[in-house]
Amino acid sequence: MNFEDMLQTSPYSLDKEEKGRFLTERLGELTEKHRESCPQYRNMLESAGYDSQKLCSYKELPFLPVRLFKELELRSVPKEEVVKTMTSSGTTGQAVSKIYLDRVTSANQQKVMVKIVSDFTGSSRMPMIILDCPSVVKNRQMFSARGAGILGFSIFGAKRIYALDDDMKLDVDGLKAFLEKYQGQRIFLFGFTFMIWQHFYKELVRLKEEGITFDLSEGVLIHGGGWKKLINEAVSPQEFGQRLQEVCGLRHVHDYYGMVEQTGCIYMECECGHLHASNFSDVIVRRPLDFAECEMGEKGIIQVVSTLPESYPGHSLLTEDEGVVLGEDDCPCGRKGKYFKVIGRLKNAEIRGCSDTYAEKFR
Amino acid sequence: MLRYGGAAIPMQKSLDKENLQGIQYLAGSEEILAHMPEVEAREPFCGEIEEFLNFLSKTLLSMPEAKLYPDVVTFAFWIRRSSVKKLAERFQAEENCIHLGRGVAFHIAPSNVAVNYAYSFAAGFMTGNANVVRIPSKDFPQISIINKAVNMALEQYPACRPYICFVRYGREQRINDALSSIADTRIVWGGDRTIAELRKSPLGPRASEITFADRYSLAVIDSDAYLAADNQPRIVDDFYNDTYLTDQNACTSPRLVVWCGSQTARAKERFWSLLLERVQKKYEFQSIQGVNKLTNAFLAAAAQEGTHMISCGDNRLVRISLDHLFEGLMDFRGDSGYFYEYDCQDIRDLKAVCDDTHCQTVSYIGDPQMFLPLLKTGVRGIDRIVPVGKTMDFDLIWDGYNLYERLTRTIHIS
Repeated sequence: MNFEDMLQTSPYSLDKEEKGRFLTERLGELTEKHRESCPQYRNMLESAGYDSQKLCSYKELPFLPVRLFKELELRSVPKEEVVKTMTSSGTTGQAVSKIYLDRVTSANQQKVMVKIVSDFTGSSRMPMIILDCPSVVKNRQMFSARGAGILGFSIFGAKRIYALDDDMKLDVDGLKAFLEKYQGQRIFLFGFTFMIWQHFYKELVRLKEEGITFDLSEGVLIHGGGWKKLINEAVSPQEFGQRLQEVCGLRHVHDYYGMVEQTGCIYMECECGHLHASNFSDVIVRRPLDFAECEMGEKGIIQVVSTLPESYPGHSLLTEDEGVVLGEDDCPCGRKGKYFKVIGRLKNAEIRGCSDTYAEKFR
Repeated sequence: MLRYGGAAIPMQKSLDKENLQGIQYLAGSEEILAHMPEVEAREPFCGEIEEFLNFLSKTLLSMPEAKLYPDVVTFAFWIRRSSVKKLAERFQAEENCIHLGRGVAFHIAPSNVAVNYAYSFAAGFMTGNANVVRIPSKDFPQISIINKAVNMALEQYPACRPYICFVRYGREQRINDALSSIADTRIVWGGDRTIAELRKSPLGPRASEITFADRYSLAVIDSDAYLAADNQPRIVDDFYNDTYLTDQNACTSPRLVVWCGSQTARAKERFWSLLLERVQKKYEFQSIQGVNKLTNAFLAAAAQEGTHMISCGDNRLVRISLDHLFEGLMDFRGDSGYFYEYDCQDIRDLKAVCDDTHCQTVSYIGDPQMFLPLLKTGVRGIDRIVPVGKTMDFDLIWDGYNLYERLTRTIHIS
């Protein structure tokens, strides 16, 4: 089965064997493509001693630490073919990743994302509430991860409304009118985990005390962006879902894991609370000490592979996140492929030395 | 206003109480600090200085908690009587000359090395200066041990009190300004950024500054000498102490290992496998370090052809062998056990990485005479050439400076 065929197939259909064959072939080809067209990547492969003749499994491919995309401009297409440059939403002062997309990669990202998300929401478009402010997507030349996420998910929305204004205040009247208009229909909600908690959930709680309530029991919420900030508020994923249900009746809540370096191939949380790898991508959890693959259930560093990147060598990446593979092909939700859990970001190194570090200033 | 040669010079007002607000005194006091500009300079290594340091040394060596920290013990040995006497012999005034401390020495210690401040202080103190020392903000146990002993010594030798203030503050420029204004010598550790920070605070016209900038170091191993040595494990231990003990991130830690001689392949195999054993036993690994090293290795690879990652199956020891040395290699230096390696036919090849004022220490196994052809090319770097295991041994000649000379004044009588 080739990549084009895969775009016509249900996204969680491949079992371990079939998927292994598909990934090894496709990712091996992508490696060759990038070797030919990206000189820096070619040097890296040579330094790592990569030999395509000896490749038996996609798990043996070199993986690039994601930070390289912050330090280097890695492109496998001429500048003129770049239609979009995505950047990660780094906090002020930090370097951001720069990801260069050509027409094909950009289109495939959208196709794959539609396939993956539709598996959870159904294929028809729904009225959509974006739990963010409109200004995030204003500058279309440089897409931040937040803006890209919103635009990416907007294709699932038939009619759209931003729930927050540019001061991050909830538009109570607008929201009321929108919900009244589409009463009885399934509503799609999208946003970033921390933003939702801070500017939506907390405001709903406050309004409820004033007697103002919203009924979102027909809604399906997809949210991402990580739990780092919510850990400070001691909010667990379970609690996040429960509390939202309490305040507005929302029952269908799906977290997702994904990164700007591999847009499109997101890992959706299923009804059982597991993140799933689709046919188009995979996670390999590796031991910090030697990068060998972990046993199932063993904590390690997450490597992600994606079959989409044709315009930049980002098809095999080592993240700075820790996670655990929980199982493969046997999740009770019925989807094939690996399912896993993300534990959080690796701790920064504390090292000695003569030069003072000023990192604390930039955090 | 005082008038000198017609120019009006403002009175020294910078030690006003409000400028010193926020300082915590770990030794000495605000009053002692306020009087420092008037304290008499002393002759280097004079009797009382030697007594004080010897008492401090003995106190440290008798403290059970100090024994847990080899760096504290090493410091204690450096300031004991016999060691100070040796320094006094090496650094003597020429005929018809008298040496005196320059006055007030203001020390800014690096924030992530525990005992460096103590050496800096001792250097300023033994050369006859009054010392204000900015202590690292990080709470190393070594710091409280040393400070406790210093305060005990100050009890014993009250005449030394005007010469010592250990301070801690939040890096406020106002305080840097105040302390710089009274400094005759400012000693800045902590690398380029700390130096840039301190340069915002002016020094008096006669004051001078000693700065310890970001530096890098390398090791050169003569494979024949290494294989002929009967104490190979000891050599490897020494190398471990030069590197892993400070996460290979001290300015003295070798980042590049150059192999020469006729048996490089065999020597490498022996050396690295012994080192890996040590590392696996002793080094505390943090998960992110493996990712950082891989990132570094790929960054270097992207920049230059001819780098090869050598896997030993353990991220605690990462080696990158190089087909050739290139300028800018050290922009990709790593830490925590990340070594570039190069097989060298001609010692002058090293000029590519040593012809840079950032290049500091070359440690070696073999005969140091081998470096002469390299030095004679007129390299701009290399300030120290020391045997492996001695990279961290502090001396009054350090980082290319003669600290004795920098911290004293010469009065010439003719």
